[in-house]
Amino acid sequence: MSKFVTLESAISAHLHDGDTVALEGFTHLIPFAAGQEIIRQRKKDLTAIRLTPDLLYDQLIGAGCVKKLVFSWGGNPGVGSLHRFRDAYQNAWPRPLEIEEHTHAGMTNRYLAGASGMPFAVLRGYFGTDLVENTTNIATIDSPFTDEKILAVAAINPDVTIVHAQQADRNGNVMAWGIIGSSREAVFAAKKVIVTVEEIVDSFEPRFNSVIYPEALITSISLAPRGAWPSYASGYYDRDNDAYIAWDEISKERESFTRWLDEEVYGKRVQDLTPVGMGR
Amino acid sequence: MAISEVNRDALVEGEKAPWNSNEMMTIAAARTLKDGMICFVGIGIPSTASILAKATHAPNLVLIYESGTVNTDPKTLPLSIGDPELANRALTVVSMPEIFNYWLQPGRIDVGFLGAAQIDRYANINTTVIGESYEKPKVRLPGAGGATEIAGACKEVIIVLKQTTRTFVSEIDFITSVGFGDGPGSREKNGLIGGGPRYVITDLGILEPDPESKELVLTSIHPGVTLEQIRENTGWDLKVAANLVTTAAPTSGELERVRALVATSSRKKS
Repeated sequence: MSKFVTLESAISAHLHDGDTVALEGFTHLIPFAAGQEIIRQRKKDLTAIRLTPDLLYDQLIGAGCVKKLVFSWGGNPGVGSLHRFRDAYQNAWPRPLEIEEHTHAGMTNRYLAGASGMPFAVLRGYFGTDLVENTTNIATIDSPFTDEKILAVAAINPDVTIVHAQQADRNGNVMAWGIIGSSREAVFAAKKVIVTVEEIVDSFEPRFNSVIYPEALITSISLAPRGAWPSYASGYYDRDNDAYIAWDEISKERESFTRWLDEEVYGKRVQDLTPVGMGR
Repeated sequence: MAISEVNRDALVEGEKAPWNSNEMMTIAAARTLKDGMICFVGIGIPSTASILAKATHAPNLVLIYESGTVNTDPKTLPLSIGDPELANRALTVVSMPEIFNYWLQPGRIDVGFLGAAQIDRYANINTTVIGESYEKPKVRLPGAGGATEIAGACKEVIIVLKQTTRTFVSEIDFITSVGFGDGPGSREKNGLIGGGPRYVITDLGILEPDPESKELVLTSIHPGVTLEQIRENTGWDLKVAANLVTTAAPTSGELERVRALVATSSRKKS
């Protein structure tokens, strides 16, 4: 069966209510088209994992798709607060939101453990902070080789990881370059991997050390040009900083957010946003 | 956190100073960076100050952002820590395991540059929640991000924030990142390999930890600011250095550079 499917079919077939899902991509290659398709399909009770919830999870949380958020930095970068996240956490709108919070180093190592097939990873971190008393999935262990205490963080193995990348080739391999964050670890840690790409090419132009997700790791690939907007895809388009600034106003009030949701997400079908064709 | 925009701009010899308090803070922060340092940069004023330092007295400053951009040389102000300007102008772009596990954790970074919503007398900082309850906060803030491990592992840390009774508090609501914990020996007890805060730069002055007690001491006061004003904006009985000095006024060159830089920002303010 071909891995190349529409984004609508990918989300419908591979992501289920109640799943643990990680949409990764750090400031770059954030899978917005996939996130909005999740909203459109009204998925619910998701445990949503991501270092920086960003506008992407603000939208999912505001739309009521998320039961629990696992994260390490929940703001609109350089702009301010994530208003939908705050409203959900502080006022339970549109539904109560549980959180589990870590540091970037902690989350990165949790994915790393998941990708490595290990129950936990170790790092120097958290000690002396109030995170120790207020989060879960951490433990203190004695170093077996030196006389010191080390922090252990539990592995994350999402049911589904979703990433955006620049290109797929016709054999179903995926290439991404530029800022990659913890995406590679989140992909290797996942049980299923949904990928959206800017373009499908016959074969890759060799770029050593660019990140390749080999075909064997991937469940499905969907074409989604500009699928990372308003974040960006290096080589294709730049970050739309004005859109990040504009989100502050859109998301500030429930009413303006709901209007945005109706017009820009529910009011559109994914086919209107992204071509269904496979790049021929 | 929103800070009330009262006019805090300094008066010098009865005249309004030719700089605003944000510019003074940014310039004072930039001056603490030495040429050749490896600097882990957070977004906002730390980023403006680091780029300013690199454009002025520290051309060989190595700027690293947690997005993985190593030795980047941005000419415009990024809005986020992963803007194309940072990636396109970097020596290399690495993954987050490499940034946090290989660069930061072993202590390879000379200076970490952080902002904060609240700080206490031992320079512990809060970026998580305002209010006594973690579960039911008055204000939910973004959280730790990279700050906890930056504060733990960098050889020194510089913290930049506006000084008010809401930010300089006797007890912070949540310890997100450790400065000197509850005093001498606290960092060692927690296995934090870095040296901890070296400077706290505010819009009113500069504070440094006392070498013995680790408590923050006011060591420099920005031109046009009064000691009384600083005390009024500090939520504890602030210690003042015997040899308190006045921060050098921004030069016209520094002001020109910082204004040109801020003009390139999508937000048009530092």
